[in-house]
Amino acid sequence: MNSPRTIFLLLLALLVFCFGVAAQLSPQFQAARWSRSTGDIFNVVLGDSRRMFAQSFYVKADAYYHSGYYPTMFDNNEAFKTAHMAADTGAVNSKNHGDEEGFLGPRRNWIDAFGRHFFPDRHTHLDEGGPADDLSGSDNVREILPWLKLSADLDPDNPQTYTVTAYWLRERMHKVAEAEVFLHEGLRQNPDSYDILFELGRLYNESYHDTNRARNVWELAVKKWMKLDPETQKDNRLVFEQIATQLGQLEEKSGKLARAIDWFRAAQKASITPGALQLRIDELQKKLSAPNSVPPEKLH
Amino acid sequence: MKNIFAVAGVVIKELYRRKDFYVLFIITVLICLVMASVNIFNDAKIARYLKEICLLLVWISALVIAITTAARQIPAERENRTLLPLLAKPLSRPQLIFGKFLGCWLACGLTLLCFYIFFGALSAAREHQWLVLDYFQAGVMHWFMLGIVVAMALLGSLVFAAPSSNSTICFIVIGGILFVGRHLDQVAVSMHEPLRTVVNILYYIVPHLEFYDLRDLVIHNWPLIEWKYILLALLYAVAYILAFLLGACLVFRRKPVN
Repeated sequence: MNSPRTIFLLLLALLVFCFGVAAQLSPQFQAARWSRSTGDIFNVVLGDSRRMFAQSFYVKADAYYHSGYYPTMFDNNEAFKTAHMAADTGAVNSKNHGDEEGFLGPRRNWIDAFGRHFFPDRHTHLDEGGPADDLSGSDNVREILPWLKLSADLDPDNPQTYTVTAYWLRERMHKVAEAEVFLHEGLRQNPDSYDILFELGRLYNESYHDTNRARNVWELAVKKWMKLDPETQKDNRLVFEQIATQLGQLEEKSGKLARAIDWFRAAQKASITPGALQLRIDELQKKLSAPNSVPPEKLH
Repeated sequence: MKNIFAVAGVVIKELYRRKDFYVLFIITVLICLVMASVNIFNDAKIARYLKEICLLLVWISALVIAITTAARQIPAERENRTLLPLLAKPLSRPQLIFGKFLGCWLACGLTLLCFYIFFGALSAAREHQWLVLDYFQAGVMHWFMLGIVVAMALLGSLVFAAPSSNSTICFIVIGGILFVGRHLDQVAVSMHEPLRTVVNILYYIVPHLEFYDLRDLVIHNWPLIEWKYILLALLYAVAYILAFLLGACLVFRRKPVN
């Protein structure tokens, strides 16, 4: 029993048994609904808590956008409810109120007053030159990208991370190809995201000047938005207004004035400033009623 | 003064014989190099995330070195039974305390020098600029902050029974000051008496180590701080260092040597 040959054979038998059990269990484990084995490393290590970390890194990116001038949990953060880097893309509904310049408030005592010399104490945005107030350095906005990428890796279900990243990549870094790849990655993770489709349309329209693809993508975005329940639609009216306005402008440029009017009317319903759009509609109607106008078409 | 420098010299030699610094430095370098190799949207100019990680590691490493080195100085002498012969020489107890402090502080300065040179090189590799004065301000402020930490740990080593408990308490207190020290007065507002007064008193008496944390300014390339404020902060640090060292001398005066 104690001979090395017996021990070796026993070990071999155990190895074969272990391999057999693993081969039997592995497919079942992989197929199980609760299995973490199919997920990425973050999913395996952090589980659902990765969303919390993703949010922290998203906020970190916004802190970088302000070059470190950012409220802590002890400060008044009313003016920072919506990340400024997201609000500045023009596609996010800002919920910010209050004074973003002075969230620190008046100096409380000599320690507070003295301490303010040792941390960033002025509101700046990276795309406007940052602390140096040098507009030629607006491409420094690249510094927010690592945190946004990490945030997207940790929580791939948040479309805003993709749209914000793509916007800055495209607008300030002039990295259109990288922005497109990132948006497609976001779309794979969030196939029903009208936000990502809207940003993708902007990329096709503004960077590639490919109006047909932009139109297709925006129309798909409208369809996705229409599928939302009324309550969610109400909370996301800004993006619909933007999509409809962009579609209206696209149709106007291509001479389809009636369709353009229809899109502007649709945008008007979602807009908080419908007056400006009404002026545009009136202008188009005048053009349409002119003798040499393009024949009206119906919105599909 | 000669005696103080002699004791300090021994402490510095001890630091470069021990492996703490080398291990922490190599870990910092390795982590930073791995992070630098990450490709982020094919942009090689992105630097600030790297600066932040590097400075965070520098801060953690420096705190670990400062606290562990200072906390074991006097207990180790007592344990090895070398304290009595040391004091039998013409060396007074305050001289021993000041010598130990100076040695730990200078040792921290040397480690900081290595760390900041690496940090500067890493930043320059990405940003293509040497912000020498910025790094100098950050390094000097960091060093004086470590002076307070070393003095605090030395006092703790005479009050608490074991170096481990002293180190743990120092880490908690210093971490607490760095994270909430600046906001203690705001925290106090939401409290009821007498806790409010206690927290308010704490706010005024704890050393505000957060003054010395210039990481955000360095990471985001903010302009230099006016030198008069740096000087005032250094004087503030010297005051706390002296207060802790005098406290240590008072406690050590009554301590049995064996």
